[in-house]
Amino acid sequence: MSAIQERLSATWQRLLDWWDRLSRPQKWVFGIILFTAVALSPIFTPSFLDTPGISFGGTMAQFAMIAIIAVGLNVVVGQAGLLDLGYVGFYAVGAYTVALLTSPESPWNKMGPTGFFSAPWAWLSCVPLAMAVTALTGLILGFPTLRLRGDYLAIVTLGFGEIIRLLADNLGDITNGPRGLNEIAFPHLLESQQHPEGVFSASNSRGDANYGTWWFWLGLVLIVGILLLVGNLERSRVGRAWIAVREDEDAAEVMGVNTFRFKLWAFTIGAAIGGLSGALYAGQVQYVAPPTFNIINSMLFLCAVVLGGQGNKLGVILGAFIIVYLPNRLLGVHFLGIDVGNLKYLFFGLALVVLMIFRPQGLFPARQQLLAYRNAARELLMARPSEKEPAQ
Amino acid sequence: MTAPRNDTAPETVKANIKDLAGFHREIHAGVGEVLMQITDLTVKFGGLVALDAVTFDIRRGEILGLIGPNGAGKTTCFNAITGVYRPSFGSVTFDGAPVGRIKRHQITRLGIARTFQNIRLFSEMTALENVMVGADARHRTSVPGALIRSRRHRREEHEAIERSAALLHFVDIAHRGGEKAKNLSYGDQRRLEIARALATEPKLLCLDEPAAGFNPSEKSALIDLIRKIRDDGYTVLLIEHDMRLVMGVTDRIVVLEFGRKIADGLPTEIREDPAVIAAYLGVPDDDIS
Repeated sequence: MSAIQERLSATWQRLLDWWDRLSRPQKWVFGIILFTAVALSPIFTPSFLDTPGISFGGTMAQFAMIAIIAVGLNVVVGQAGLLDLGYVGFYAVGAYTVALLTSPESPWNKMGPTGFFSAPWAWLSCVPLAMAVTALTGLILGFPTLRLRGDYLAIVTLGFGEIIRLLADNLGDITNGPRGLNEIAFPHLLESQQHPEGVFSASNSRGDANYGTWWFWLGLVLIVGILLLVGNLERSRVGRAWIAVREDEDAAEVMGVNTFRFKLWAFTIGAAIGGLSGALYAGQVQYVAPPTFNIINSMLFLCAVVLGGQGNKLGVILGAFIIVYLPNRLLGVHFLGIDVGNLKYLFFGLALVVLMIFRPQGLFPARQQLLAYRNAARELLMARPSEKEPAQ
Repeated sequence: MTAPRNDTAPETVKANIKDLAGFHREIHAGVGEVLMQITDLTVKFGGLVALDAVTFDIRRGEILGLIGPNGAGKTTCFNAITGVYRPSFGSVTFDGAPVGRIKRHQITRLGIARTFQNIRLFSEMTALENVMVGADARHRTSVPGALIRSRRHRREEHEAIERSAALLHFVDIAHRGGEKAKNLSYGDQRRLEIARALATEPKLLCLDEPAAGFNPSEKSALIDLIRKIRDDGYTVLLIEHDMRLVMGVTDRIVVLEFGRKIADGLPTEIREDPAVIAAYLGVPDDDIS
């Protein structure tokens, strides 16, 4: 057992080292090839990858949403080290913002003749709104609670996630309670004879380039944008402050880091990204109901982050893929008369236990590459100063 | 990254280190003036009086030693000065401004930096980044600036790297700057803590037992470093157990015992002071009665 494990981890380490040695342009070329392959996977799906029961495009659309969530949650948990067990609450706020503004069953519906959204653009104009509302929710939740640390913060956020779901369940007059909200707006783009409501409509359900695939592509574009922005933050004073807070909050404060402000920023940014994913979900499924935002989903999101490797934004995307793809792939695969796809919580629980024993840092642990000007820094460090005394 | 130091680095880099590790701001450097005034400082933990009406001041450009037997209140005094504890009574004035009720990160901005008795580095960050966190105390870019990579962000980032690298050269651990802090040797970690504290551009540098666990040769290297820091215009407050180190490096010494100040003077005076000798060595039985 341990020999196999050692060989596996050695191979893995070689792969990671190989990637590390590549130059920046080489990494970009590999990245673009990989990105194209992933983007085209729903069109040219290898049969062993295909998911039974649900189209591969649909699976990948789910993956894109969870990947966005994982990147957002990674800012909070991986970077700033704030254990957030109620992240699904932000997902719910994002989804419900879009739903409440565009569903005909909602009292706050702003579509149609009296509203200010025109049907084709309603969803797109709701996305920034949803992000703003979620960011505000994050701010409101964070302001009183971020004075807490560690386990206490985890408990409070767990409560927050449940409160949001219970509100959605019980405010029947507004959220339509457990029946949920229907006919949510979606982007009406690329309308044609074949697709009268555009490619993002659920009526575009046949073939490989179905609406799931289109949502996946939209998600991919958003992921790239988010990664660039989050990467900018990581390689800045902000990213350093987050990691300093994660490593030793008191020492960070004594070194002049305004810990509360940077924690609040992490919370708000994470919330906004979660809200974006919620808006995508509401648009794709065109229906939101409280059970989707169950606390168990929070755990699943966290599972993606821990599995992929906390603090590594590419790693957590892979974690998200595992979380979404495996249950869909194994759906309908029977073993001893049990549908393996239904056992996902069992398997992810086991996977976490195994991971914590053999590789607690996750499959792709964070590598320290936080400097924006790494080469300049290396040069300065290696310089042998002729005179080491600094000026008076 | 265990790259050996090479000599091919550009000349400008070598020349710059001298300027970079120094202050970037104008500081008032009247040597000998009172920099920090500690008046009747009292800290109570419940019924326990850890510090009882301690009064002394720290003057610009000096190395002040704070000594005393175990449990005398040295670290408590230190924590009260650097804002970790709130004083129950009394006041601390730094550079004319009271340090009573302001937040900890603002105290750093006032110009007080410290190291920790038990090393508290950001262990997963590289040594260079640790120092950069300190340098960031003087920076103003926040999330919006970093998101769009604003001009100020880029300038501050370059400046932070240059200054931090220069400080690592200053404390002689630049060749290990690319390694994670946790992988540095114990002595290098202590030096890194000093570099990180210096990066915040302090007027007063507080060192909490910097020589704990050092062997004699490391101690003498540390003495040189502390002197070098003082000669660069910093004021140093030093807590230390090791008498030889304290006597060798400090300009003035304050002695605490049971939370009270029992002596205050030049190292030569302190060495002869009967109260200090009694505190450290005890009093013969016949003197008590």
